[in-house]
Amino acid sequence: MTTAVAETDAAAGTGTAATRVIGVAALVVVAFVAVSALLLTPADAVQGDSVRIMYVHVPTAWVAYLAFVVTAVTSGISVARRHRTLGFDRVAGASAEVGVLFMAMTLVTGSLWGRLTWGTFWQWDPRLTTTLFLFVTYVGYLAVRNIDTDPQRRARRSAVLALLAVLEIPLVHFSVVLWRSLHQEASVLNLDGDVRLDDLMLFTLFAGVVGFTLVYAWLVMHRQRLAALGDAQGTVGLDAAIAARRAEASSVPTGVAARTKGA
Amino acid sequence: MRQALAVARKDLLIEWRSRLLLVRVAPFALLVLVLFAVALDSEPLILRAAAGLVWLAMLFASLLVVQRSYAVETDDAAIDVLLTGAGEPGRVFLGKLLAAFVQLLVLAALLVVGAVVLYGAAVSGSRVVLLVTTMVTASLGLSGIGTLYGAAVANMTGKDSLLPLLAMPAAAPLLIAASRATEAAFGSQTIDTTAGWTWVALLAVFAVVFVSAGAAAFGTLVEADS
Amino acid sequence: MQAVTTNGTAVQLDGVVVVLGGYPALAGASVAVRAGELVALRGANGSGKSTLLRACAGLVPVARGTVRVLGVHDDRTALRRHVGLLGHKNGLYADLTARENVQFTARLVGAGATDVDDALRRLGIDARVAATRAGSLSAGQRRRTALASLVVRRARVWLLDEPHAGLDAASRDELDSILAAATRAGATVIFTTHEIETRGAAVPRTVTLAGGVVVSDEPAAASTGGAR
Repeated sequence: MTTAVAETDAAAGTGTAATRVIGVAALVVVAFVAVSALLLTPADAVQGDSVRIMYVHVPTAWVAYLAFVVTAVTSGISVARRHRTLGFDRVAGASAEVGVLFMAMTLVTGSLWGRLTWGTFWQWDPRLTTTLFLFVTYVGYLAVRNIDTDPQRRARRSAVLALLAVLEIPLVHFSVVLWRSLHQEASVLNLDGDVRLDDLMLFTLFAGVVGFTLVYAWLVMHRQRLAALGDAQGTVGLDAAIAARRAEASSVPTGVAARTKGA
Repeated sequence: MRQALAVARKDLLIEWRSRLLLVRVAPFALLVLVLFAVALDSEPLILRAAAGLVWLAMLFASLLVVQRSYAVETDDAAIDVLLTGAGEPGRVFLGKLLAAFVQLLVLAALLVVGAVVLYGAAVSGSRVVLLVTTMVTASLGLSGIGTLYGAAVANMTGKDSLLPLLAMPAAAPLLIAASRATEAAFGSQTIDTTAGWTWVALLAVFAVVFVSAGAAAFGTLVEADS
Repeated sequence: MQAVTTNGTAVQLDGVVVVLGGYPALAGASVAVRAGELVALRGANGSGKSTLLRACAGLVPVARGTVRVLGVHDDRTALRRHVGLLGHKNGLYADLTARENVQFTARLVGAGATDVDDALRRLGIDARVAATRAGSLSAGQRRRTALASLVVRRARVWLLDEPHAGLDAASRDELDSILAAATRAGATVIFTTHEIETRGAAVPRTVTLAGGVVVSDEPAAASTGGAR
């Protein structure tokens, strides 16, 4: 914990050389993607300009699932190791927070895209439905994290929940796929399946993935450092609290001790 | 194993004494069935939806059963005595799961009868086997999910609103599978019995996953409390 | 199984800090208790007595320092197996009778029906009380039921939080003799109390807590034979 504190600015910010580099890179790539997506790439033959949502929707979906994997892996490490696990737990929490954000964006952009293409805001296709369930699972995860005050306890409890989520998501996905296959819709509803991608579009998509991943990394690093500062403050506070607690001892009247010595 | 049975027996004895299942949860579950009928206001629609509604009502009722299961432990800090006496925490989990399973199975039977009576659902012949198997595996999975997430929030503030938030996404696929299997048992047009058994297989997978995950995670979850 | 260390220490706390809800209930407590010893833990309300007991029972996470019970220190689940706790609350199930509550504990540890009857009898729980729902019992009767469960538990380390409170004089004497018998059988007993009753019986080793740390540790005194 002290290392994390030492690494940050003297002005107690959470930025470092690493985050600045990533931040700049993210900005540059995202700017390029924005320009390319809106101006340079062609519209789709079938969907028209609404295909441009793809350049946001696909990368955010990718990042959302990446965040989920990161949370799961760091939670697993946090549980497997007995000591010094709080760093991993902080990353798990930060990743989940950012992941929820990106998941919400995925759902919103997906919904808008669907609205523009087919006229409905929602379709019960496997990918969208599974993402929705994952989103709710993570909201629950964050709710539990927010209530625990002790970092150790929070790390343990949320690690278990994250690992359970890893188990659940394949089950959810499989069930939903099986479920929707009853309605024979599987192939019809692939938003990006129908789009033909030329080289520039592919590159923009790829750049979008890279750019959004950089944004994710930047956010997680800052959020994780913020949590570390918070926990470190808790520790500093703890030493002071311990000293104050011990001071209570000297204020105990000595008459109490004396009374039991006699007959 | 003996300890798990002791815990299960204790939970069921408490339930038998207080008759909460009989007097409060079962009427609530049946009331939910009635309210669905009132809200949907269409007999053909209700009949088609019967299977799903049964399991939806089961989902809500299972929350009550689980909350009660942990309330008896936290009321007088009995959980502390339990933890210091029972050796492996996994055994405590299995015991509570077993007790919850028995109660949920009874509820499931009640709700199916309710669907037959109130909604006009019908089951006959070989489909009864499918129905019973569905009820058993789904109740087992539901008990696993409930007992596990119940443990996660047992000592937290706001646990009563946290439990649904955590358990529902996990239970959603179970709801899907149980509803489809029961639809097959009720003889719907879109799902035949073969497909029904596929769904039952999925339910069995859920049950196995959550029972084992629960036994493994219970110790950590309960240890997380002070 | 490594039961006690070579110098016969059953329970050892070294600089234990326990943080509950952001507040250090224990602020560096250290004490060593030998096997078969009877220790009274004294201190004002809020001094950390209950927390120290719970730390010994492996029920709270330790922020700093170590708690070592019968050789176990880093696995709280394993630590709990040796311990029998009578906490601030009784740990009873309101809907079960007194007998059923004790029977449940007996089943958990593999004790038999005779052990249950024996424990109930020793705690002065007659047949009528034994058949009454725990929720309907008086505070003193509930305390005695919880004690009966502890007796049946036959733990190697007994931890009791204010066990004398709410008991009448005869029951207190019975409790003291139960605790003494437990130590003679090899169990280590630590209990908290507000006062040390000197009724002519021997005064046990008395550890005093204040401000989350141990401030005094007086050895056991022989029977004074005097009045209160």
